Order: sequence, then C-alpha cells, then structure tokens
Amino acid sequence: MTDLSALFDPKGIIVTGVSNHPGKFGFVTLHNILTSGYEGEVFPVSREPGEVLGRQVLGSIDDVPDGAADMLFICTPPAINEGLLRQAAAKGVTAAFCAAGGYREAGPEGVEMEQRLVALCEELGIALAGPNGQGVVSTPSSMCAQIVAPYAPAGKIAIASQSGNFVSSFLNLANHTGVGVSRAVAAGNASVLGIADYLDYFTDDPETAVSLVYIESVDDGREMFERMAPLAARKPIVVVKGGASAAGARAAASHTGALASDDAVFDGMCRQAGLIRARDVEEAFEAAATFATQPLPDGDRVVVVTTVGGWGVAAVDAMADTRLEPTTLPDDLMAAIDEKLPPRWSKNNPIDMAGGETRDTVPEILQLVAEHPEVDAAVLLGVGIQSNTAAMMRGGPFFPDHGLERIVGFHERQDTRYAEAAAEISTATGTPIVVATELANAGPDNPAPATLRSLGRLCHASAGRAVRSLHHLAGYSAWKRARGL
Amino acid sequence: MSITLSEAESRRVVSGYGVPVSPFVTGTSTADVLAAVDADPSVTFPVVAKLCGRAIAHKTERGLVRLRIADTDALAAACDELLGKALPDDGDVEVLVSTMVDGNRELIAGLNDDPQFGMTVMVGVGGILAEAIRDVSFRLAPITEVDAAEMLDDLGTQRLFDEFRGEPAADRAAIVEALVALARVGAEEPGLRSADLNPLILVDGRPVAVDALLELDEGSELEEVTS
Repeated sequence: MTDLSALFDPKGIIVTGVSNHPGKFGFVTLHNILTSGYEGEVFPVSREPGEVLGRQVLGSIDDVPDGAADMLFICTPPAINEGLLRQAAAKGVTAAFCAAGGYREAGPEGVEMEQRLVALCEELGIALAGPNGQGVVSTPSSMCAQIVAPYAPAGKIAIASQSGNFVSSFLNLANHTGVGVSRAVAAGNASVLGIADYLDYFTDDPETAVSLVYIESVDDGREMFERMAPLAARKPIVVVKGGASAAGARAAASHTGALASDDAVFDGMCRQAGLIRARDVEEAFEAAATFATQPLPDGDRVVVVTTVGGWGVAAVDAMADTRLEPTTLPDDLMAAIDEKLPPRWSKNNPIDMAGGETRDTVPEILQLVAEHPEVDAAVLLGVGIQSNTAAMMRGGPFFPDHGLERIVGFHERQDTRYAEAAAEISTATGTPIVVATELANAGPDNPAPATLRSLGRLCHASAGRAVRSLHHLAGYSAWKRARGL
Repeated sequence: MSITLSEAESRRVVSGYGVPVSPFVTGTSTADVLAAVDADPSVTFPVVAKLCGRAIAHKTERGLVRLRIADTDALAAACDELLGKALPDDGDVEVLVSTMVDGNRELIAGLNDDPQFGMTVMVGVGGILAEAIRDVSFRLAPITEVDAAEMLDDLGTQRLFDEFRGEPAADRAAIVEALVALARVGAEEPGLRSADLNPLILVDGRPVAVDALLELDEGSELEEVTS
C-alpha cells in the first residue's frame, strides 16, 4: 500500500506555475493554500520570479531548501513536468498532485506523456495523484490545495471522487450543513492512484470515520470489489455512482445476461461488499454525515418523536421503501410516556406529543425512547417551530413589550435544548437520533438547526431524508452483523 | 461467439454441484428412453418429454415439448413423435424425460460472466415474464450463504416467499443452498459464459429447476460433460 501521508499531511508544498494572474491555476492554488491557513512551508515556483500574494516566488525548484517540502503541486504544462518532478524528488518530495491537464484526455500525444509521467513517478518513488485533477483538501493540515474552491470545516468525512466537480459539491454541502471533512481528493485521470488507493488510506486514517466516494467508471469491477470489501468491514464507505458504462453490452444468449444491467450488477456488488450506495450526491453526503456523527443502530426498529401531527406520519410513510420498521411501542415505554404527557398524545408510533410538552418534556421523552432496549433508532421532528414563532414576534411591531421578550427567549432556549438533547442523548445511549426540519434550509439561523450545526451534527431538511440516512446506517449495521463483524 | 449445451448436459453440470433439478433420464431412441424411465424410480408419471440437443435453443417455439404424459404408452408415442421432428441441422439429439413438478411460484436463477465484474450469479422472479418484471438481484460468484440470503431479501416481491395459494412458505434455506451451489458452478467451471435456470419452480416451497441452459465460450468444453 502506498503511503499517502505526504499528499494529505505534507510538511511543505512546492507549487509550480504560480503566476501573478489571479485567474491562473497556480495563483489560485497558492491563494487557497495560504487562505486555508496551511502551516507548513509553501514554495511558489515560476519561470518569472517575483512576488505573488506577498510571497517570494522561486525561479527554480533547485532553490527550495533540501528536505523542506515533501509535496509537489503541479500547475505547469505537461512538456516541462518531468523535469520538475526530477528536481522535486532531489529535494525530498515523495508525493505529487498533478492538476495540469493535457494528458490522456488530450489525445494520443497526451497518452504517451501520461505513460512517461507514470513511469517517472515510479522510478522516483513519488505517489502521483491526478493528472488533470482539481486538487486535495486536508483539514488536519488546514490545507486547501485546489485550483478551485471551496475549503470545508474540519470533520470526519473523507472524500475521493472521479469527478472534481463532486468534490466541490460535497465540500459545499459540508459548508452548508456544518458537518465537516477530514480529507478530499479528486482522482483526475487516476493514472496511478485510484479510488481504492485513497480508500485504503482513509480506512487507516484516524482523522476519518467514513469514506464518501463518487464513481463514474469501473475499469476492473472484480478488483474494486476485492479491495473495497475488506475496507468496508472496517469503516463505512458511501458510494454514489454516475453514468452507465457501455461495457455491459456483450450479447448474451441467456435471460440472465439480458437482465444483467450495469446498474443491477453494480448494485449487487455494493450489497455484497458492504458498500453503502446512495441514489444521488445529496443523499450520499447526508448518509456520510450521519455515519460521521451518529452511533450505528443495532437493528431496524425506529421510533418517531414529533411535537405535532403530520411530520410524524410523513416519516413513517418514508420508511415504507426502506428496511426500517416503525416499531410498535413496547408497553413499558408507553406507560413511561403516559407519565410525561397529557392523555391526548398519540399513544402509538409516531409519538405525537400533540403540543403537550412542557419545559423538559422533549428531552425526557427522547431519553425514554433512546434508552429502551427495543428501540434501535429515533427520529425527532418538529424542532424549531417555537423559535419560528419567536422570530415573528422578535421582528414584529410589538416586541419587546407585552411579555414578548420573555417568551421569545423561552422559545429560543427550548429549541436549543432540543437540539442539544438529541446530540447528548444519542451519544450517551448509543442510539442514533436523527433530527429533521425544513428550517435546516429555510431558516438556518433558527436555534434548532443552528445549534445542531454548531455541534457538528446534521440537521436533515426533511423527515424523508432523515429516514433515508437512517436506512443506510441500519443497512450497514445489518451487513456487519450478518457477517459477525 | 458462444455455444449452448443441451438441456440434458446443462442439467448434469448444475446438478453435479448440488443444484436441485427435477428427476430426469435421457435416451436417443424410444426404446432407450422407456428402459431408462423403467430403471430410474425417481422419474415418476406424469412426466414431461422434450427433444434436446446443443443446436436446439427454442424447444417450446418448435413444439418440442410434451407435457403431462400419463403413462408408458403415451410416453412411447411422444418419443416417436419428438424424434421424428428432429431436423438435419439439429445435429445430435436425445429425448429428455423428467418428472412433471407442480408449483405456482416460479423463480429464475442464473449466471453471467460480466465484462467488468467477472462471473455473477442472479436470482429473480421468474418464468416467461422474468425479463418484463426485472425483479432480480445479482452478486459476484462465488457467494456465501449470507450473500444468498441477502439476495432474496433484495427482491421486491417478498410476498412470493410467504404461504401462497395453498402452498407452504418458501424454504429460504433451500433456495440459499441452490444459489450457493449455482454460484460455485460459475466460479469453478472454466469457459462458462452464462446460465439460466428458468423456471426454478417452488415445489412445496423448495426450489427445483425444470429447465437449464448453459452457454460456453466457443472452444471450451466442460469436464463434467465430456467425462
């Protein structure tokens, strides 16, 4: 297995092709590395020495002190990169990210140059990422070495993608939700390092709790299966796949061959290998964010807790096409809840408190549900509505008089408490508690989603999406249990 | 290019690995067939008789299948008739006689050598509607019993496995065993390109293949067939 520590946690970075033009990749990369707060040494290199972003630009890699940099970020054209790699190797560089294009994707001449690049990196002992990729992000090193934005908050999700665009998509979602990222890398042409190599690294990486990959093409599906299955047994891997390959087109005399669509076979491979397959990028990120921040459920039994009506019904409906089951409330749990709520509560799952909650009710009910041995997971809905009311009061013409200031403060404290309770109780009991409200998008400053975000937890934007994430956690858990893992 | 084995050859290969197939005998003449039926107590009336050979892929379409044959006399007549339908292009042919099994539920199971993933094994809702329904689940061969059980879980039509029209619930363990055995055929037989067991009928809840078709890469020959 290739050691990728110099790629993800370099002690110093050489960036080639750094020009004064803020539209050029070299400039942007230097800008992003410096802006993200990277604390190692940075050596911008260009044929035209001078100053860029207040940094002295070196005229040659030869001017970099020996051993000061172990990563090379290439923004220069293919024709000169072999020479640069030799110089960099002489300085102690052991990893390179080649952002430059003009290789395999550019025609026969590019194919040949890519082959030479691969052979040279092998000769020099350099781990090569790319070429033709957008870059690498690593929050433990405060490093955004990318030719594009964004950077992301620190967290436990590691991303590897066959499309750089989706690295950006995942990082955008990390910024939006507040659920952070450990590493992110675009595989580019993946001429040496591919998705499975990055997954190898992520699975051993103590900074990473879950891997998230975007796959577009599968060269050797059998090899992918054989490499990924043992990794999935150790750490969850969420997969989203784009595109259908034409490779499945071989004519078959059999019904089985006719039924073997690429998607059906890929799906079966994922189920067998324990890969968690999401339907789209958003679902994939949310599943990864839930894996990164919640305990794994021990089974499929779910209880929905809601302050009022319809949301709970929607959550139970959403379970219909998942493996989750809205479990019947056990008698002792029912009795315990009866003690806490007025008689009009729903008396079944979903637990609809019917507005009967007082100051401590929501945390108390959540605690009863989450600690019950016959409940594997919980969904909390209806948070944020008190603060929604508070927001209207706060913005209206009567505030702060007529007792509004006091009640606004109470409402906002309550939603903050609910969000905190969901996090604390799930951690304490080992039972996942997913929280959903459209306020995650529609009112992100509302204390309920805002508190979850500040705790680094995902606030799902709908009950259906929360259920979908939980389905993925439960599926992975079942896969492990069935194999004694 | 590829070649297809006859149904009889295909049945022998898969049953050699433990895939359950309906009891059958074969013969190249009516007298041979009758003697074989007489000698094998597992083949019981009513039976089905089919003309099979490597070049015969579409038995039903050519009228080469006789169902619900009640006794020896009717079987003799069916054999004469089927052998008389053989065409010069059919090459070597034989009559396959098999116990007629009953069940309302039909699965399909099969193998396919995928260009990206190598040999795969499939189970699905079967019969003549299999390709229209497309309720199938694939895995890479070989598979474990856990994999096979999860394949069944993947199917959308779960009610098919409950008690059904007076028949007992499906014996999932028996289906799992058949799938594991079938996947072994795929993993261990060189040159195999695809296989169909269609239908795989649930008889008292247990799977029994009543048709089998193996497709090989041209030029390959299965050990079990030639030996």
